[in-house]
Amino acid sequence: MAEPAVAAGLGAARPRGSWVSAFARQRELSLVAIMVVLGALVSIAAPQFLTFSNITAVAVLASIYAIASVGEALVVITRNIDLSVEATIGVVAYCVASVLERHVFDAPAAIALGIGIGLVLGMANGVIVTLLRVPSIVATLGTLSIFRGLDYVIAGSHQVPLAGLPPGFTDPARTNLFGVLPVFVLVALGVVVLGTIILRSTRFGRQVYAVGSNPEAAAILGIPARLVEFAAFSVCGLLAGVAGVMWVMFFGTINGTAGTGIVLSIVAAVVVGGVSTLGGSGTIAGAALGALFLGFTANALPLVGLSQFWLQAIYGLVILVAVSVDAIILRRLQRATAERRAR
Amino acid sequence: MLARWETLLVLALIGLVALGASLSPFFLTAGNFSNLIAALMEVAIMAMPMTLIIVAGEIDLSVESMAGLSSAILGFLWAAGVPLTIGIPVVLVVGALGGLLNGLIVARGGLPSLVVTLGTLALFRGMALIVLGPRGVSDFPTAFTQLGFGHVPGTLIPWPFVIFISLALVLGIVLHRTWVGRQVFAIGKNAETARFSGVRVTRVRISLFVLSGMVASLAGVILTSRLSSARADAGSGMTLTVATVVLLGGVNIFGGSGTIPGVALAVLCVAVMQNALRLASVTVEVQSIALGLLLILSVVIPTFAHQARSAVDRVRGGRHPPADPVARGEAAPS
Amino acid sequence: MDLRTAGRSVALVSVAALVFAACSGSATPSPSAAAASAAASVAASAAPSAEASAAASAAAGPMTVGYLPKDIVNQYFAAAKTGVDKAAAELGGTVKQVGPNEAKPDLQIPFITDLTTQKVSAIIISADGKDEVAPALKAAMAAGIKVVGFDSSPAVGAYNVFVNQVDFSGVGVNLADWACELAPSCTGDIAILSAAATATNQNAWIELMKTTLATDKYKGLKLVDTVYGNDDATVSTTQAQALLTKYPNLKVIVAPTTVGILAAAQVVKQAGKSDTVKVTGLGFPNDMKPFVKDGTSPVFGLWSVPDLGYLSYMVAAKLVSGEITGKEGESFTVKGLNGDKPYTIGKDGVVILGPAFRFDKTNVDNFNF
Repeated sequence: MAEPAVAAGLGAARPRGSWVSAFARQRELSLVAIMVVLGALVSIAAPQFLTFSNITAVAVLASIYAIASVGEALVVITRNIDLSVEATIGVVAYCVASVLERHVFDAPAAIALGIGIGLVLGMANGVIVTLLRVPSIVATLGTLSIFRGLDYVIAGSHQVPLAGLPPGFTDPARTNLFGVLPVFVLVALGVVVLGTIILRSTRFGRQVYAVGSNPEAAAILGIPARLVEFAAFSVCGLLAGVAGVMWVMFFGTINGTAGTGIVLSIVAAVVVGGVSTLGGSGTIAGAALGALFLGFTANALPLVGLSQFWLQAIYGLVILVAVSVDAIILRRLQRATAERRAR
Repeated sequence: MLARWETLLVLALIGLVALGASLSPFFLTAGNFSNLIAALMEVAIMAMPMTLIIVAGEIDLSVESMAGLSSAILGFLWAAGVPLTIGIPVVLVVGALGGLLNGLIVARGGLPSLVVTLGTLALFRGMALIVLGPRGVSDFPTAFTQLGFGHVPGTLIPWPFVIFISLALVLGIVLHRTWVGRQVFAIGKNAETARFSGVRVTRVRISLFVLSGMVASLAGVILTSRLSSARADAGSGMTLTVATVVLLGGVNIFGGSGTIPGVALAVLCVAVMQNALRLASVTVEVQSIALGLLLILSVVIPTFAHQARSAVDRVRGGRHPPADPVARGEAAPS
Repeated sequence: MDLRTAGRSVALVSVAALVFAACSGSATPSPSAAAASAAASVAASAAPSAEASAAASAAAGPMTVGYLPKDIVNQYFAAAKTGVDKAAAELGGTVKQVGPNEAKPDLQIPFITDLTTQKVSAIIISADGKDEVAPALKAAMAAGIKVVGFDSSPAVGAYNVFVNQVDFSGVGVNLADWACELAPSCTGDIAILSAAATATNQNAWIELMKTTLATDKYKGLKLVDTVYGNDDATVSTTQAQALLTKYPNLKVIVAPTTVGILAAAQVVKQAGKSDTVKVTGLGFPNDMKPFVKDGTSPVFGLWSVPDLGYLSYMVAAKLVSGEITGKEGESFTVKGLNGDKPYTIGKDGVVILGPAFRFDKTNVDNFNF
């Protein structure tokens, strides 16, 4: 096991000195390694897999999931969960498309509105969890139902067609900067880098991990746990808002069902990315990589001749394997630490 | 303290029935009640073991997918010429095995049930899709489909309701009147303490998940019968309603308290509410919002009622310390 | 968190409520709104007898019809409802739209039983699963309610008449023709992006398309793959991307589903391959207008969805009045449809609306659904 100081020095996005960091840093590396190996295997069966156009196409869609997963990871690190993100994405996507179609706002204002709605819905979750003291799984199961209902009420059976959006609005989903870097991927990278810096180098970041790993201890240290949780939910909503805006740009045609059922993929991405659902550990870069991993899995299946029906089962297995591996390694590390202390 | 939440639910039920009667002239008919009950029976049946699991401090999100897997396998076997008298037992065994998988990973592996069953939620649904693909199997014999859609001869009581009531009685007695039930409550209150007082925590937890898987596959059989068709997507989305019903029934999401009669009453409340809203032509989107609000309020109200009560007690001189933050339908038999 | 923060959040939530009000409201006063209000005013004048017995003459007497689409979110059924509402307004009946927000049979059944409880005169239904809804529909028929299937048929015996949107064999030929037209000199690789692998309509069309492709005229076209997008935007997108990746020489994607054709067109455009890969199939004119104009999807088709709703309501009215019973061989006319020529009820109580429309840049702007 690497010395804690070395691990922290190498850039894990977590409190310095944590022995978990050694492994969790490896999680990002191991995920990349697994992706490289699987990618190589798939490309033997289907050489088209490793083409520039295919990889960018997958990465663009995965970027939307990655951004939502980053927000979810933040909430999960505080020992909560947000099941309502998919409905937030749905509400935001429809609202943005609708105000654009009716020329209520121009594009920049509509984007701001979408992100703002995401933030407000995230704050609503935060209020229910921290102020009304409803456990997050119950609260967000409820708001999943409420937000989606709201989405249906607003949208009815109306569908905003692509032609209803201003010309050029969907271009960011199809534009590569310098001909190589898709705009969406750049946005996702920006979110990950910014989030990592905040979690690593600010007091808020350390408080997030402290609240998640031991709420009682955090309270004794005078950390405003509820405020931190509230902030995590708010940021999660905000990022769902960003993902909702990107959803409009990517799909172009929006009705009240946008995003239905994707919360499973988002939580899966977070878990696969090495964020512990027990709170207090994991990185947002891991969550984003998890989203990328799942995106490539979905893309590779039809290329190697497996039907879409395998996808669900594979996602399920991936979740189970990821959490089991985490648990096994965690236990080994604990045993090792205990032995070292005993000496 | 006993049955306080249940009293509230009975009042809510009376209120909902009155509301339904005022909203639609068709509400207060026997046929309507038969229909509104039948529409929610799979959820009600799955809610029974879920009550025990949540009381024990765990959760099983995979039930809807197990119902789907059970439907898919039943359809697959029937299409392959296997009679239902063999197909149904096979499916129940599969359900028990699926539950065993959940139980082993959670209880032996020490992993959070929320994530594990989220994984099997995807896994079981995926297996259902692999087994049956997107086709539907629907040439089941009438005797079988009658089980789901028909009534007890001479009455308007749907058959699944009989199964639900029997299950509620058995599990109600087990939970509230036996040593096994006391173990479940003890684990939910504090697993460590329970272990030290001789409760076989791992074994009880595994058994609960096995029961949940098996009952979920039974619900899948009933759903197949009611829809006269086996489909891989059967039951998708039901976990939300199952969890809502259980929590509305006064079961504490953190474990340690809750009652079967409370959950059974919550089933009736939700069934009546959905039916009344439909008859009043309230759109489904509003129903979805109502269900979500109900879920949140079912936790908020008891918490704040308790806080208000302890505040009053404190003013009076505070004989009762504010111990349990969420005091709902205290259920451990005395 | 202190109370002030909470107060601020509550204030924000109320601001959000106002914002949502801004999001709602449809783009333009759609014909459906106009038709609905017309229907409402007619219904209001006839309200006291709105629940009158099913025996009332449909031509003059009011009747209440339950309109039960697969789900109430899909714009297809909103488009069909404009036709239903128009017919109801003409005949002075009431339409009661009910339905789930997800196309699933277990969610649809309670609505059938509730409509039966409410003793509507007729139910117009697009079935979420033909066998699943059959027992409930049979119970409704036993209670004296007329059942008209449209779009997606309930099992035979669980409806009085099924109004089929299109001549099935015609669509298969159309799909092959459009693919031939779009592939350079009618040669090259083509692929199909369908909905779910079980969708009865889709499979029938695909089979007939394959039969057509086997004839001499189409021998240059090679069908390389059939993939399924489950009528889900995300899955369809993934599948279309995979098609482009897997078959670099692909000339045409044929998607006989409104979700699939849109996803395919967007993927092709995003990949910058609008010049080499063309998309055709069945789609909504409103969805496809931009792709018709930029050349991604110069030709596609569909039937007139509002007419489908209009015909369904008229058939329901005629069943209620007793003008028809749904027996094979009966015929009737509906003014304004089928060139005012009579429709004949075929085998299994099926009536066919007519052939598919072909949309291209000359006519696509004339349609709004």
